[in-house]
Amino acid sequence: MSATARNLTVAFFVLLVAGAVSPMVIGSTKFPQWLEVALGGLLTGVLYSLVALGLVLIFKASGVFNFAQGAMVLFAALTLVRLMEKMPFAVAVVATLAVMFALAFVIERLVLRPLVNQEGIVLFMATLGVAYFLDGFGQALWGSEIYTLNVGMPKEPRIILQGTFEGGVLLDMEDLVAAGIAATLVAALMLFFQKTATGRALRAVADDHQAAQSVGIPLNRIWVIVWSVAGLVALVAGVVWGSKLGVQFSLSQVALKALPVVILGGFTSIPGAIVGGLIIGLGEKLSEVYLGPTLGGGIENWFAYVLALVFLLFRPEGLFGEKIIDRV
Amino acid sequence: MIYRETGQFKTSYASDQQLFPILQDRVFVIGFLVFAFGVMPFVASEYMFRAILVPFLILSLAALGLNVLVGYCGQVSLGTGGFMAVGAYAAYNLAVRVPDLNLLVVFVLAGLCATIVGVLFGIPSLRIKGFYLAVATLAAQFFIDWLFARVKWFTNDSSSGSVSAPPLAMFGFPIESPAEKYLFVLAIVVVFALVARNLTRGAIGRSWMATRDMDVAAAVIGIRPLTAKLSAFAVSSFFVGVSGALWGFVYLGSWEPLAFDVNRSFQLLFMVIIGGLGSILGSFLGAAFIVILPLALNQLPAALGIRLSTAMISHIELMIFGALIVFFLIVEPRGLARLWAIAKEKLRLWPFPH
Amino acid sequence: MNLRDAEPQVAARTVGEVILAVENISLAFGGVKALSEVSFEVREHEVRAIIGPNGAGKSSMLNVINGVYRPQQGRITFRGETRDHMDPRHSAERGIARTFQSLALFKGMSVLDNILAGRNLKMKSNLLLQALRVGPALREEIAHRRKVEEIIDFLEIAHVRKTPVGRLPYGLQKRVDLGRALAAEPRVLLLDEPMAGMNVEEKQDMSRFILDVNDEFGTTIVLIEHDMGVVMDLSDRVVVLDYGRKIADGTPDEVRASQAVIDAYLGVKH
Repeated sequence: MSATARNLTVAFFVLLVAGAVSPMVIGSTKFPQWLEVALGGLLTGVLYSLVALGLVLIFKASGVFNFAQGAMVLFAALTLVRLMEKMPFAVAVVATLAVMFALAFVIERLVLRPLVNQEGIVLFMATLGVAYFLDGFGQALWGSEIYTLNVGMPKEPRIILQGTFEGGVLLDMEDLVAAGIAATLVAALMLFFQKTATGRALRAVADDHQAAQSVGIPLNRIWVIVWSVAGLVALVAGVVWGSKLGVQFSLSQVALKALPVVILGGFTSIPGAIVGGLIIGLGEKLSEVYLGPTLGGGIENWFAYVLALVFLLFRPEGLFGEKIIDRV
Repeated sequence: MIYRETGQFKTSYASDQQLFPILQDRVFVIGFLVFAFGVMPFVASEYMFRAILVPFLILSLAALGLNVLVGYCGQVSLGTGGFMAVGAYAAYNLAVRVPDLNLLVVFVLAGLCATIVGVLFGIPSLRIKGFYLAVATLAAQFFIDWLFARVKWFTNDSSSGSVSAPPLAMFGFPIESPAEKYLFVLAIVVVFALVARNLTRGAIGRSWMATRDMDVAAAVIGIRPLTAKLSAFAVSSFFVGVSGALWGFVYLGSWEPLAFDVNRSFQLLFMVIIGGLGSILGSFLGAAFIVILPLALNQLPAALGIRLSTAMISHIELMIFGALIVFFLIVEPRGLARLWAIAKEKLRLWPFPH
Repeated sequence: MNLRDAEPQVAARTVGEVILAVENISLAFGGVKALSEVSFEVREHEVRAIIGPNGAGKSSMLNVINGVYRPQQGRITFRGETRDHMDPRHSAERGIARTFQSLALFKGMSVLDNILAGRNLKMKSNLLLQALRVGPALREEIAHRRKVEEIIDFLEIAHVRKTPVGRLPYGLQKRVDLGRALAAEPRVLLLDEPMAGMNVEEKQDMSRFILDVNDEFGTTIVLIEHDMGVVMDLSDRVVVLDYGRKIADGTPDEVRASQAVIDAYLGVKH
C-alpha cells in the first residue's frame, strides 16, 4: 500500500471513530445509551453484510456485479415462508435451496452464457433485468402481502451489563443470533474456498477466466455453483431479515444498501463485505440517532450512499479490494 | 422500390451532413410533424392526450437526456429521478415566488438549476466508472429525495409535503385543454430533439462517444475527459430538469417527492436500454414502449377473457420489463432503434432479398 | 495533397535539429522494470525506429513520450520544453500524435467520425452554437470535414468512410488509426507497430503512406516495428531496446552490424 493510501485509510478510520464517539464527547449522551445504539447499528450492519456477501461471491467468481442479489434475497425468503405453510421447516429449507439452485442454473443458461463476452456494464444491466423479473415473478407466484417468518429466532431483548452500568444495556437478541449465523456462514465459506477443490477452482476462475478454462475448469458449471452459493447466502439473508422485518417487497430495497457496503469493503473481498457492513450499519444508526433530530430524520436513507461516494473518490477499490489498473 | 437512394447525389459536404440526407426520410419526417402538429389535435381523444401522448412526450425528453449521458457518453446514472425532481421543484419555486415570469423562462431556469446539480454530482465521474458510478449516482438520488422531503423551504412550507403547480399560461394565453397541453409539450420536445441531434453530430458529440468507447485514447488525441464527461452531465441534466418541470406542471399538476424516486430512475434507464443506447430515435421508441406497455397489459386480459387483479398485472409488468431488458441486451443490445434501422435497410433493398 | 507511388528506398530528406529527446528514462510497474535509464534523441523530419524483442519496453517508451505513463526518473524534452513527465492532452496540443498497437479506435463510431474526432483540438466553437448548428459551428464542421476527407482519400479508405469501424477488416482499421493521428496535423507521429498482422501488400501500402506523410508534410516519425526489412528500408536511424535498456543507437546498417544487437535480437546466420 502506498504511503498516501495508507495515510488516507488511517485518516478515514480516525474520522470514523471520532464521529462515532462525538455524541459522548459533546455530552449529549452517555456511554450505555451510546453503546445500545452502536450495538444495534453493528448488528444491522451484519445483516447488510450477509446480502453483500452474495454480491462479492458472484463478483469474485464471474466478474459480474449482481444487481439481482436483493431480489434473490426476497425471492428466497418468499419461497421459504410460503412453503413453510405447507411443510415442516427443514423440508421447506431443502425445497427452497433446490429452487435457488434451479434459479442459478436458469440464470447461467439464459443470461450469463449468451452475454459471456460483453463488458461489465452490459452484464450489470442484465442483472438489473433479472432483478425486475424476479421481483415480479416472486410476487406473482407467492403473493405480495407481508408474511411473518417464524424460524424460532428469539424475539425478547435482553438487558446485559447491569452490574457495570446503571440500567444495563439493551441488546436485541434476534440481531445477536443473526450475527452468529452470519459469522458461521462466513467461516464456512472461507473454509470452502480454501480447502475444497471446487473452492480452488472458483478462486482460479476469479483470477483469470481464460487461464482457468485452459486448465480444464468448466466455466459454466462453476458459474452455476457460484450463483447457487449466492442463492444459499441470499436464503440465509432472507431468513434473517425476513424474521426481523417480515417478508415483504421492501426487502429487495433494503438490499440496495448492500451496494455501498461492497464499495466500502471492496468488490472482491469477503472480509471487506463484513467490515463494510459493520461500518455502514454503525454509521447509519449513529448518524440517524444523533444527527437526525437536528436535520429532520431520514438520514438513514442516504448516509450509506454518500459514504460510499466519498470512498469512491479517495479509494475506489474499497478497503480491501484490489487496485484496478488501466493498461493501454 | 420506394425507399431508394439512387439518384440522390450529394455535391457538397453541407448537404451530406444535413439532418435527413435521404429524400424519403425528409418527406416522412415532415409528414409526421405535419400530422403531429396539424392533425392530431383535432383527431385524438382526451384520453389519448392525457394518458398517452403527453406522458410519452415528457418521458421521451427525459430519456433523451439520459441517453446523452449513458448512451453517448457511457456514464451510467441511476439518479435521473433526482434531477427531474430538481427541475420540478425549481420550476415550482420560481413560479410561486416570481409570479410574473414567462413560463418558458421558468422552465429554462429550472433546467439550469438541474444542470448545476447535475454537474456537481457528475464530478465524481472523473474518478469513478461503470457500476461504481451507478452507485454514486444513487447517492445523488437518495440525497435529493431526502432534501425535498425534509427542507420545508422547497415545498413552500406545505403541510402535506406535496405541491401544486400554478395554472399554465403563456403570453396571456391559457394552456388548459389536453390538446393545448399536448401542443405545448410537443413544440418543446421537437426543439430539444433537434438540439440533441445537432449536439450528438457535432464535435461535442464525438468527444462524448470517444470518451465512452476508449477514454485513454480520447485523452491522447486531446479530448479532455473532464470537459467531455461534465458537458454530458450538464446537457443531460438540463434536458432531464426541463422534463421534470414539465412532468410536474403539465402532466401531474401536483406532486410529492415520490413522483421522482429511484423507481423513476430505473424506469428511464429501461427506456434508454430498450429503445437503444446512443440513439435519438431510441429514446422516443423506448419511452413509447414503457408508456404503452402497462396500458396494453391492462386491456389485454380483459380482451382475452382472462381476469387478473391489478396487482397481478403490475407483477407481470415487472416480469416483462425484466425479461425484455435481458432479451434486448442479448439479442440486440442496440435496442428498438437498431431493429428500426435494420427494417429500413431491408426496405431499401425491397423487393430484392440482398 | 497528391498520391504518389513511392518506392521504399527514397532519396535522403533534409533532417533537422533535435525535436524530441528523452534522458535517463526509468519506468517501473510495481516490481517490474519496464525501462532503465534510456536516452536518445529524435531529429526533425527523420524516421526513427525503435526495435527490440517482445517485452523490451518499446510501447512503454512511446507511452512515456506522449504522457500515458509517468516515468519514475528522467526527463523529456519536446520542441525546446523540458519536463519530468508528459501529459496526454499537453503533448497532443504541442503536436504529438500516435497510433496504438491494440488499435484504440472508437468502435461505436464511423471512420469519418473517428478521424473527425482526431481534429477535436482544432475545433473551437462552443456548446450553444453547436446546439443550433448555425454560423461558425456549421462552417467549422464543414471545413474540418473537408480536411478529413483529404486524409481519407490519401489513405484510400473513402469507400468505407461511413462504416462503423468495428466492422472493418483489421488492415483498414489500422489505416483509420493512422488517419485519426494524421488528422491532428502533428509534428511528431508515434506509430506503434503499424504493420502488425498485415500481409505483404498491406505492408507496402502502409509503408507508402508513412513515407508520403514524412515526405509531404515533413512529419517526424517514431515507429516501433518488428519487420526488419521495413525498418531497414524506412528508417533513418534506429534505437534498439532489450529488457528496458538501450543496447544500440545508429543508422540501420550500424545497428545491423552491432554485436550486442545480434546477440539479443537478430540472431546469427548459420
